[in-house]
Amino acid sequence: MNTSSAKKPSARFAPWDNPDEKPLVRFKNVTKRFGSFTAIDDISLDIYEREFFALLGPSGCGKTTMMRMLAGFETPSEGIISLGDDDIGAVPPYKRPVNMMFQSYALFPHMTVEANIAFGLKQDKWPKNLIAERVEEMLSLVQLRKFAKRKPHQLSGGQRQRVALARSLAKKPKLLLLDEPLGALDKKLREQTQFELMDIQEKLGMTFVIVTHDQEEAMTVASRIAVMDDGKIMQVATPEVIYEYPNSRYVADFIGDVNIIEGRLDHKTEEGIQLAWAEGEPEIKIANNASRSENENACFAIRPEKVHVTRDEPQGVDNKIKGQIDDIAYVGNLSTYHVRLSNGMIFKAQESNIRRLANREFTWEDHVWLSWRSTAGVLLD
Amino acid sequence: MDRKLGRFLLIGIPYFWLFLLFLVPFGIVLKISLSDVAVAIPPYTPTFDLDNGWEGIKAFVGNLDFENYVWLTEDDLYWSSYLSSLKIAFVSTVLSLLIGYPLAYSMAKAPSEWRPTLLMLIILPFWTSFLIRVYAWIGILKTEGLLNQLLMFVGVVDDPLHILNTDTAVYIGIVYSYLPFMVLPLYSALEKMDGSLLEAAQDLGCTAISAFWKVTLPLSIPGIIAGSFLVFIPAIGEFVIPDLLGGSDTKMIGKTLWVEFFSNRDWPVASAVAVLLLLLLIVPIVLFQKQQERAQEAEQ
Ligand SMILES: Nc1ncnc2c1ncn2[C@@H]1O[C@H](COP(=O)(O)OP(=O)(O)O)[C@@H](O)[C@H]1O
Ligand SMILES: [Mg+2]
Repeated sequence: MNTSSAKKPSARFAPWDNPDEKPLVRFKNVTKRFGSFTAIDDISLDIYEREFFALLGPSGCGKTTMMRMLAGFETPSEGIISLGDDDIGAVPPYKRPVNMMFQSYALFPHMTVEANIAFGLKQDKWPKNLIAERVEEMLSLVQLRKFAKRKPHQLSGGQRQRVALARSLAKKPKLLLLDEPLGALDKKLREQTQFELMDIQEKLGMTFVIVTHDQEEAMTVASRIAVMDDGKIMQVATPEVIYEYPNSRYVADFIGDVNIIEGRLDHKTEEGIQLAWAEGEPEIKIANNASRSENENACFAIRPEKVHVTRDEPQGVDNKIKGQIDDIAYVGNLSTYHVRLSNGMIFKAQESNIRRLANREFTWEDHVWLSWRSTAGVLLD
Repeated sequence: MDRKLGRFLLIGIPYFWLFLLFLVPFGIVLKISLSDVAVAIPPYTPTFDLDNGWEGIKAFVGNLDFENYVWLTEDDLYWSSYLSSLKIAFVSTVLSLLIGYPLAYSMAKAPSEWRPTLLMLIILPFWTSFLIRVYAWIGILKTEGLLNQLLMFVGVVDDPLHILNTDTAVYIGIVYSYLPFMVLPLYSALEKMDGSLLEAAQDLGCTAISAFWKVTLPLSIPGIIAGSFLVFIPAIGEFVIPDLLGGSDTKMIGKTLWVEFFSNRDWPVASAVAVLLLLLLIVPIVLFQKQQERAQEAEQ
């Protein structure tokens, strides 16, 4: 895409941009049906070594099914899943170099923390002293050394989550699957744990695939995100690209807040193209859209934080629209202004609250100007 | 004040029933066990008589002794009946477990819409009288019974098997009758087990079979213990099954008790046997209670 050229590929971790790089995991035209219901619909996807890959989508879109196919609990109805050079379609779960951290943690209630972590190692017949060493190492990694002798029901939710993580990491899998690993934690602990997960992934140099329905979580931890809907992948890209250059209305809508204006394209020039969206309003100028042509229907999508709100008519800006403040959502560090346009549409603009509440510039019913640069938004179908 | 009285009544009622229906009869049996046999109605002496006042009570207490208990220790019959009861109860418990576990396991794994039906089928025999069901086994097990007819028809045996009136028939009867008590607690332990635990075990390198031994079985231990006690405790004192299906050499304490009571009309010895049987059962019952409490605590 147009942004990847702007980055320095040598400095950044971006194996997906390197055509010589071989993926660790490859889904090739994978379809999974349960009876007549198609849960996964012809998905092709590559995941590279050392990636922290996120599957993001609403509940029921097929994320867990993707994971279960990787872990070996489901076999694809059609298509091939390979790990390294091997087709793993028919390999049973216990023979795969893949471990999974379960959504429910699935800790063995009759075993201590220690025994839970050692379970997989014993299964692989590691020598006793090496098991003890590895368990120690895992316990310190997740900071649970004091709790080694406890049973799972004697731990808090956060501690259980760490035991589950330690247990799934203990066997040094080639691929670690995390199914909504932080879903049961409260917001603060979740955010803290996201950073710990990233640290651990980086420290161990392992490949993680995480499932989440929380877009902020995906944006925070992932090297790349696959946005799924209804058994299909809508877009696979880095968090920045997904956020700044969503490829569809669905992705734009799913990730963060967005304003969408429908209209008709015209006035194509060297610099860009324009969108006519309402009688008597200036057309919206959009830069860099060589692929689009005049007289097409299109949507313009722009994030609220890219839009400025001013009382006076701004000068020298690419786009400006007049409106009236309908509502203000105050969330401490930010305020989101809901501005009513001449055609009745509500347009969101976000400003950070540098001043204290009492000194705020705008209030309800104020007439304001919205403005943004021609590069700030994208055109979608 | 009224609330206090209400609460007292509420707690008091079960204790009152316990007193009336357990402690009073037990006291009477205990008293008879300390008496001497007599050709009279009732067939023991002394009997409680308030007419002679204080002297009468003193004479009454003075006549009580432990003679019958001493007698029980001296005659081999009682010892061997106790031991044989324990053995038969134990073997039946193990057999019920071996048959009940796969049954409970497959019920717990069955599609959830089937489970109520399966559970119903397990409970269904309770709708018929226990006595009639045991009688029915006579028809099945006797020399010219259904089982032998079938076996000879299929050609497995040439001559009819002699099963009725042996210990084998007693085992069959006990296992058949008490199997639901084994299956139900096993089923409830297996059914509430989280399926993702087995997947986690497989994910960590277990085959399905080793996942069973390392996860399913240890987690079903509370069910195994509960089911075993529920079979073992009533099986020790079982009377109807050994009487109807067992042979003359099948020794069980319930049968011995019956013989003492009705054939020998030796109420004092029969009562002593009953008291000892109760003491024998108290140990597993207390163990069972303890285990249930622990299981309940673990669930919280
Ligand atoms: N074993 C199964 N049998 C039938 N349908 C299933 C099964 N597993 C998942 N599904 C269906 O597949 C769809 C995707 O499920 P899942 O992968 O669990 O979604 P997600 O994890 O994204 O919430 C859902 O509609 C679900 O009902
Ligand atoms: Mg899921």
